[in-house]
Amino acid sequence: MNNDTLKVRLHNLQLKNPVLTASGTFGYGEEFADFVDLNRLGGFVVKGTTGSHREGNPYPRMVETPSGMLNSVGLQNGGVDKFCDEVYHRIKHLDTNVIVNVSGSSIEEYCEVASKIDALERVPAIELNISCPNVKCGGMSFGTDPGMAAQVVEAVRRVYSKTLIVKLSPNVTNIAEIAKAVEGAGADSVSLINTLLGMAIDIERRMPVMANITGGLSGPAVKPVAVRMVWQVAHAVKIPVVGLGGICTAEDAIEFMMAGATAVEVGTANFVDPTVTMKIVDGMEQFCKDHAINDINDIIGIV
Amino acid sequence: MKEVHNFTIIQRIEHGERYFALVLAHGGTLQSPAPGQFVEALVEDCPGVMLRRPISVHDADPQAGTLTLMVQIVGRGTRKLATLREGDRLNLVYPLGHGFTTEGCKKPLLVGGGAGIAPLLLLAKTLQANEVQPTVLLGGRTAELIPARDAFASLCTLHTATDDGSLGHRGLVVEHPVFNDSYDMIYACGPTPMMKAVARSAAQRGVECEVSLENVMACGVGACLCCVTDTDHGHRCVCKDGPVFNIKNMRRWYEQ
Ligand SMILES: Cc1cc2nc3c(=O)[nH]c(=O)nc-3n(C[C@H](O)[C@H](O)[C@H](O)COP(=O)(O)OP(=O)(O)OC[C@H]3O[C@@H](n4cnc5c(N)ncnc54)[C@H](O)[C@@H]3O)c2cc1C
Ligand SMILES: Cc1cc2nc3c(=O)[nH]c(=O)nc-3n(C[C@H](O)[C@H](O)[C@H](O)COP(=O)(O)O)c2cc1C
Ligand code: FES
Repeated sequence: MNNDTLKVRLHNLQLKNPVLTASGTFGYGEEFADFVDLNRLGGFVVKGTTGSHREGNPYPRMVETPSGMLNSVGLQNGGVDKFCDEVYHRIKHLDTNVIVNVSGSSIEEYCEVASKIDALERVPAIELNISCPNVKCGGMSFGTDPGMAAQVVEAVRRVYSKTLIVKLSPNVTNIAEIAKAVEGAGADSVSLINTLLGMAIDIERRMPVMANITGGLSGPAVKPVAVRMVWQVAHAVKIPVVGLGGICTAEDAIEFMMAGATAVEVGTANFVDPTVTMKIVDGMEQFCKDHAINDINDIIGIV
Repeated sequence: MKEVHNFTIIQRIEHGERYFALVLAHGGTLQSPAPGQFVEALVEDCPGVMLRRPISVHDADPQAGTLTLMVQIVGRGTRKLATLREGDRLNLVYPLGHGFTTEGCKKPLLVGGGAGIAPLLLLAKTLQANEVQPTVLLGGRTAELIPARDAFASLCTLHTATDDGSLGHRGLVVEHPVFNDSYDMIYACGPTPMMKAVARSAAQRGVECEVSLENVMACGVGACLCCVTDTDHGHRCVCKDGPVFNIKNMRRWYEQ
């Protein structure tokens, strides 16, 4: 085995290994710097970034559910200017791919954020979030209609020159159709899945647990749904697929790759074990060794 | 620097039916926690519990390399922690959050209730190490629900208030006569209505006051934004910006 065994490529984006972290679960990387060597990650995707500062939804925003959790954070973030002026300068020196999750409520907002991020030398890619279930206006509504999805991707494509990953919502009847629409509109890659819309009720208080009433389900509970969707999308499009949803171990990551993912993102698992991404990288190396795999690309989509 | 580490339980302390404490040995070099900081404990082999549970540092002995946690049994996770025995291991992420400010205060009052009593022991010890004598006031529904009283009583004068009058003053902590003495700092940790009452009174009297908030948490390190509270500057994370907040920025929270 050599150092290149785990190397993969998402369009123009070279990854030293397929392990990325999922937006909203890894902050700006800094929060995990005590636990992991950020430079050993294929990259990390920062929190959803919008045109201006957002306070997000009222709390409570989180409830644990069987093998997972519901959240309704709602894109709380400091806005794109704060990211460019402050956060970027703290993380731009890292020897890994910093990917910005771009969110918004209108096509104009998506384009404004994307074009500002385009100017940042050390950010080689964006993940366009057209799938957030926790914002009232925009967000998921762009991701659940193929026509609207294509429209926003086309507009962003015009102002964004680097690798454009589009993050898809699982809250649709035919995810392959949406994937094809965004591929046709100029996406370089698609990532999936964002959270599944869910709800929990406090039966003593006879009220929803979360202030926002509904929220997004993540964690191991969603993994089989995510694997199925990655497999469907990988068969429907030619662009590389990034798979995520419930990944906790190297074996989970390998499963997504066999379903057709070129890279994976780790989200909720970071909360349970903040060092989990390092274990996944190590475990994938070990898996390749044990199975005499010289190039991880050989297993992508073999199922 | 924060770390993830397997501690070994070297002692269990029983505090009645609802509370227990675990003394944990690090086995190497313990990062010395500040009073008010907390850990995120992994509850293993517990169906339905995946996320870590935030628990305050109750006591710490950096020389001996030990941490003590005091836990109130409220649900699945804490019930599982209650089954741990000497020799078992407990995986912690620690030390987390911003603790209490101890510099410069000369006449502090510590007010606690329920599981919120936990962090006040290390706080009282730290103040004493700075040669400051704290006044401690603990409240609960009944005497049985005020844990670790002996530990406090051996350090300082302990005042208590109970709803049923089974111990100390009958009524709320804010109605206890010592609450209205003059102090240059009031620290509070306990049920939210209690902390809001303490904060309102401190604000009215112009006394500096820090409260340690609770919220549900996922990451514990400021990454997921699940644990926010209202402050006068908008939403802030209880795990990273707190759990201890000075009430001068919390009017919106305590006036609610
Ligand atoms: C910074 C911080 C420090 C804490 N320190 C201590 C401590 O020293 N000792 C101690 O016993 N407890 C402490 N807690 C509270 C403790 O985290 C919860 O009691 C625990 O997570 C409950 O877990 P469970 O699985 O037993 O309950 P669950 O089955 O998850 O829930 C049972 C009930 O407890 C409520 N609950 C769950 N999590 C929390 C939470 N984080 N805060 C408030 N209510 C909650 C739920 O709404 C539910 O009503 C602290 C919390 C925070 C945020
Ligand atoms: C607390 C939390 C916040 C999230 N915030 C975002 C976000 O800002 N943008 C986004 O595209 N996805 C966000 N997500 C979704 C995750 O990136 C991921 O798609 C989802 O959690 C599934 O992966 P997992 O099961 O590994 O967590 C968030 C998820 C969680 C749990
Ligand atoms: S628990 Fe994740 S930000 Fe506080």
